[in-house]
Amino acid sequence: MRHLLGIRDLKREEIEEILETAEGFADVLKRDIKKVPTLRGKTVVNLFFEPSTRTRTSFELAAKRLSADVINFSVPTSAVVKGESLIDTAMTIQALGADFVVVRHSCSGVPHLLSRHLRASVINAGDGINEHPTQALLDAFTIKRHKGGFKGLKVAIVGDILHSRVAKSNIRCLKTLGAEVRLVGPPTLVPEGFREEGVEVYWDMDEGLRGVDVIMMLRIQLERQDRGFFPSKNEYFRLWGLTPERLSLAARDAIVMHPGPMNRGIEIDTDVADSERSVILEQVTNGIATRMAVLYTLAVNP
Amino acid sequence: MERVLLKGGHIVDPFNGWDGPGDILIEDGTIREVKIHARGDSLEGIRLEGCEVYDLRGLHVLPGLVDMHVHLREPGFEYKETIRTGTRAAVKGGITSVCCMPNTSPVNDNDTVTRYILQKAILEGSCDVYPIGAITKGQEGEELAEMGLMYEAGCVAFSDDGRPVMNSLLMRRALEYSKRFGKPVISHAEDINLSAGGLMNEGTLSLRLGLRGIPAESEVIMIKRDIELAALTGGRLHIAHVSTEGGVKAIREAKRAGIQVTAETCPHYFLLTEESVEGYNTNAKVNPPLRTERDLMAIREALADGTIDVIASDHAPHHRDEKNCEFELAAPGISGLETLLPLSLQLFHQGVLSLSEIVKKLATNPSEILSLRKGTLGIGAQADITIVDINLEQTIKAEAFLSKGKNTPFDGWTVNGAVVETFFRGRPLFGGLRDRLTRT
Amino acid sequence: MEGIEKVLMQSDEIERTLRRMAHQIVEYNRGVEELCLVGIQQGGVAIAQRLAEYIKRTEGRDVPVGSLDIAFYRDDITKRPQPPKVRKTDIPFDIEDKVVVLVDDVLYTGRSIRAAMDALMDMGRPARIQLAVLVDRGHRELPIRADFVGREIPTSRLEHIEVSIGDKPSHDRVVLKTGR
Repeated sequence: MRHLLGIRDLKREEIEEILETAEGFADVLKRDIKKVPTLRGKTVVNLFFEPSTRTRTSFELAAKRLSADVINFSVPTSAVVKGESLIDTAMTIQALGADFVVVRHSCSGVPHLLSRHLRASVINAGDGINEHPTQALLDAFTIKRHKGGFKGLKVAIVGDILHSRVAKSNIRCLKTLGAEVRLVGPPTLVPEGFREEGVEVYWDMDEGLRGVDVIMMLRIQLERQDRGFFPSKNEYFRLWGLTPERLSLAARDAIVMHPGPMNRGIEIDTDVADSERSVILEQVTNGIATRMAVLYTLAVNP
Repeated sequence: MERVLLKGGHIVDPFNGWDGPGDILIEDGTIREVKIHARGDSLEGIRLEGCEVYDLRGLHVLPGLVDMHVHLREPGFEYKETIRTGTRAAVKGGITSVCCMPNTSPVNDNDTVTRYILQKAILEGSCDVYPIGAITKGQEGEELAEMGLMYEAGCVAFSDDGRPVMNSLLMRRALEYSKRFGKPVISHAEDINLSAGGLMNEGTLSLRLGLRGIPAESEVIMIKRDIELAALTGGRLHIAHVSTEGGVKAIREAKRAGIQVTAETCPHYFLLTEESVEGYNTNAKVNPPLRTERDLMAIREALADGTIDVIASDHAPHHRDEKNCEFELAAPGISGLETLLPLSLQLFHQGVLSLSEIVKKLATNPSEILSLRKGTLGIGAQADITIVDINLEQTIKAEAFLSKGKNTPFDGWTVNGAVVETFFRGRPLFGGLRDRLTRT
Repeated sequence: MEGIEKVLMQSDEIERTLRRMAHQIVEYNRGVEELCLVGIQQGGVAIAQRLAEYIKRTEGRDVPVGSLDIAFYRDDITKRPQPPKVRKTDIPFDIEDKVVVLVDDVLYTGRSIRAAMDALMDMGRPARIQLAVLVDRGHRELPIRADFVGREIPTSRLEHIEVSIGDKPSHDRVVLKTGR
């Protein structure tokens, strides 16, 4: 594996290997000295065309824990449109001597395009509405820690599936690992076409949550309301918001996940977000170990 | 007097019902005499002193092709293509009549631009250029352009190609008003509200690739609307680049009902599906988008049963920077002049169409739809002739295109059939028949 | 062509050797106070356990045993034909001010030991680090030597030594492989 462009390209064994490696790094992160010399002398460039403090910080910390040098290269998309072409930016990064390029872009397929032009390993940190593979891996890592495994596990992904790269990667990752995946949300945001990916589609939230072991909430982009995907925030919360009452429909030990940032009171009730069932902050912590594992896996597989 | 004799080639001219070996005598750029050999008699034919004689045995002789859907990009986008390079590419592909779409800068929405294009074509072009005028001013879909003045300046049809006329009332007026000139209104059938932001065909693959989809219905709905308006007005409607099964069905039904509608498709709609987009291949980004296998089969069927009258290239050359970029930002379109004929010949090799039917769709029908008096080898016609070796294997090489646009998803394809030579007004343009030439 | 195999040590000889090494470790350190064993993944772990077992038989006391994975500390991860698999690091005791005996199966270039010492240092500050290996095959690339050596076996760089020590001591073997 030279690049991580999407979960779509990964075999089950490859995913499992990354999760195992992440366990090793999770141990490292528990020590006083949370740093290993693995990637000493290597350079990781965070190339972010879309602002994202969370993901960027997580990758930055992961790279630093591996003793790599990190350069943050943030390019607002507007500047790209009127100025330098993507390929030129990429070649500049190349000339800086990057070994890894972590890329986030609002257009689907940009990491794939870069991987065809760069000698460095390309890691997709979210492209358009396509994939966000490291988020899916850290989610799987978090689930595995709580549930032990994936076989027969029921996972509900709730919200704007259509525009969610997190959902796309998670569907593929969880299916590959053997979980049962349900998609829950309004029909405008959860088209039936997803059934062809081998998942169940529920437009009724209560029905979709019944008996699930994991509830994965997605952030609702408020501009979807303006584009007519649902009539109002209020109605959305009433029909698809995760409240304590709805949570009680899931399995007794169900966990609640969210990739952040949350819209409290729109897709998730504050009482649920802050409850002991919520593993949302753990996801953030696990993100570092998982991303270290991804960097490591790419480094050792030339 | 210049005399050229084309001897023994297999002549295909559906306009005259010719389909067999024969001789063609050209005098000063005009076809003077045609003699189809009687069965089994290859010694028969035209014999004349003082001619350049080409021995064309084993080759096919077709009327110069008429491509009714081409973007020559001039004026305004000369970095993508010019009239000079575009028409060079055309004749290389066996096309001797090119109809160019009005989405230039400025838009060809007035007779000044029309005259500019025609003037340029005379000065720098390698073949005939027939401008298509805009339906609405600036192609903005708000006010009718001066169709009459453009017609007088030489426009052969009207289209806002690249954009639909979303306003149904305006489309109705265009179909009514154009009746005065006997020229068709060419519909770019797309409901842009429905396809908004779409980048490829909507379906499982678009979900999988995370690329916003354009539903087939975006085309079908507009084809149906325009057919209804053609029925209402009695105007002449031509549907550009049909890509969907639903579109084909609507057109078939309309034709049965006697509505004046004609239709065209392009090689990529009968040879490729959305799968070509896989890997975010920007060369497979085109509007309308590549569809499914089912649509592809429907297009082939419609070509076979005559529902689709024309195969055009929708030649849309772009600068390489406009393709070597984000899929979302990449310009849609395929550079198609130089592959139109060889790709269409695949339909012959695959048993979908006869050679004569292919020539109909590439020459006879477009000429008739636009009343060009081209696309035939009949006596008195201008000697624009394409010589083809239908079995010659060739590998398509985008880098070798004469067009400035190297953007094609067919790069590297190996196909059977190649243009050996193109005659324009009786003159060979490439020297491809040099070793078959003798003088008497 | 598959290489030639030659058995260098049989199970009985391995057992005698390990008993001797256990004895030497105790003797050298004058008892087992402050002593702990850390096996390097993967080959050193079983040997460390075996050594602890023999020490217990003679001294009657448990010596803490841990395992150490050095994948994150290697200096050659990008150069190896096979990516190193990450295995468990499990040192369930404090190594601060302890005498840590690192245990490995084969001592070769010394690079693994260098990595293991770095890894240990990141976990605490042992009073001393000693090294015990079953086989020393030479070809050192770093100034490292073992305190306790089971057997010195001169080899060529083209050869390969495979140590298998598992749950069944009767199946234990050290094999020399030639060619590839």
